[in-house]
Amino acid sequence: MFANLARLAPPSSIIAIAVLLCFAPVMPGIAIKTKSVLAGRKGAPILQLYYDLWKLVRKGTVYSTTTTWVFQAGPVIVLASVVAALFFLPLDGRSAPAHFEGDLVAFAGLLALGRFALVLAGLDTGSSFEGMGASREVTVATFAEPALFLCLLALVLATGELTLSGMLGVPLANAWPRSAASLTLVGLSLFIILLAENSRVPVDDPATHLELTMLHEVIVLDHSGPDLALILYGSALKLTLFGALVVCLFAPRPSLTPAAAIASLLAGLVLVAVIIGIVESVMARLRLTRIPQLLVGAAALATLGIILLLR
Amino acid sequence: MQTPLMWVATATLRLNWTVPAVSSPQGAPALVLLLVVLSNFAVLGTTRLSTCIRALAFQGLLLGVLPLLLASSLSPHILALAVGTVVVKAIALPWFLRWAIREAAVRREVEPLVGFIASLLLGALAVGLAFAVAARLPLPEVRTELLVPVSLATVIIGFVVLITRRKAISQVVGYLMLENGIYLFGLTQAESVPFLLELGVLLDVFVGVFIMGIVVFHINREFDSLDSARLTELTD
Repeated sequence: MFANLARLAPPSSIIAIAVLLCFAPVMPGIAIKTKSVLAGRKGAPILQLYYDLWKLVRKGTVYSTTTTWVFQAGPVIVLASVVAALFFLPLDGRSAPAHFEGDLVAFAGLLALGRFALVLAGLDTGSSFEGMGASREVTVATFAEPALFLCLLALVLATGELTLSGMLGVPLANAWPRSAASLTLVGLSLFIILLAENSRVPVDDPATHLELTMLHEVIVLDHSGPDLALILYGSALKLTLFGALVVCLFAPRPSLTPAAAIASLLAGLVLVAVIIGIVESVMARLRLTRIPQLLVGAAALATLGIILLLR
Repeated sequence: MQTPLMWVATATLRLNWTVPAVSSPQGAPALVLLLVVLSNFAVLGTTRLSTCIRALAFQGLLLGVLPLLLASSLSPHILALAVGTVVVKAIALPWFLRWAIREAAVRREVEPLVGFIASLLLGALAVGLAFAVAARLPLPEVRTELLVPVSLATVIIGFVVLITRRKAISQVVGYLMLENGIYLFGLTQAESVPFLLELGVLLDVFVGVFIMGIVVFHINREFDSLDSARLTELTD
């Protein structure tokens, strides 16, 4: 697989990843800005996360004496897994830098690995509060992951490809006219999964630091300095990754030049961030017991898409 | 500053945007039928009675639009069917249900016997079953592939709602969904079935719901609640 990487990867796909790595911190910024503007506030600058990251990188880290290497490895694994997952997406609209038959399972596995590392790091602090956060994070993931797999299964059925690179590239563009309805359902389902996986509003409130209401923020509490920077950057990148997945699904761009494809991807990502901001402005967070219901609903949408394809 | 913006704009224009489903002539009815299924899921998944009724009204509206989209030519018959359906299913019945909720001062939450997640899964199962059965039904002529499976799915999901909800009002909603499914099935033959028959069906439903409304009030007056499970307590 990685031997293929050097030989086959078109430079444009590597450039696309580099662009996204730089672009990622803008995504939460745009979402927050949209939310502020809709609420009639001025809001933080769109580039705020860059300043935050720069500030955190220059700070020192504090490690609790109860923590071990697991705690320190957490943020690194989180970021590394997301970056690795990024390599499986055909971001330039043609092909991904890395692909092999069935890499969609590896894609989901990498995301799960990142979450696992984060949860372990949270548990490693020995704080019961972070244990609770870890349990909540995993609860959400338990429902989000089957839904993600159902979405990927629908894509496999629609395109007949087993690689993410293949199914989101040319075959997807050909599949749209045939199975627009089910692909739309899958796209909606993926968007709900995006909101859940990235702890956005109907599932979790990224702005809250009220202890009892947070889900994702809890496990991150004990991280500081560069470690926190890694985690913040990692979650921004994960948001970008899911956003790119949704954009790739809704707008297959095999006919564009690589530069235009990357530009349209960025435009799509901005749109996704704005939609996230709008969703956050118009609805309140769901009660914890209602979250599984939402995600099962997403899974039902994907199932409906699959049924339409199997017909 | 101008150039990158222009560049993005032209790039987005050059994309082969495929507007979902509307591009083909078959697409519009398919989209409407899909929305019907989604409104079924909305009824299954929501916790609020008012959302249930809103989803039902939306479904009624979709059912009213559907004959217009399916018809090859716009006859007065089809037009009357569409208008009648919208008036009864999307305006009159939802209004009546809302009025019943307000008058009987029902708690605004659905109280399912089977949990929401299980209901949603049952709904997904029902859709799968409907598609499996519809593929095997020997039907003379089918105008849209989706029409028969969606009608079966709506009937089954209507049954699920009818069975798994405790409140008499949500049972009425289930009954109406059931009827919507039957109506959808009837649409496969809309051009050959006489208008009077459809009118009869609509009237039947209207009377049925009216009677249910009266029953609902009686349940409410006797027990101070709309929980149909309490009917088992009836003694003399």
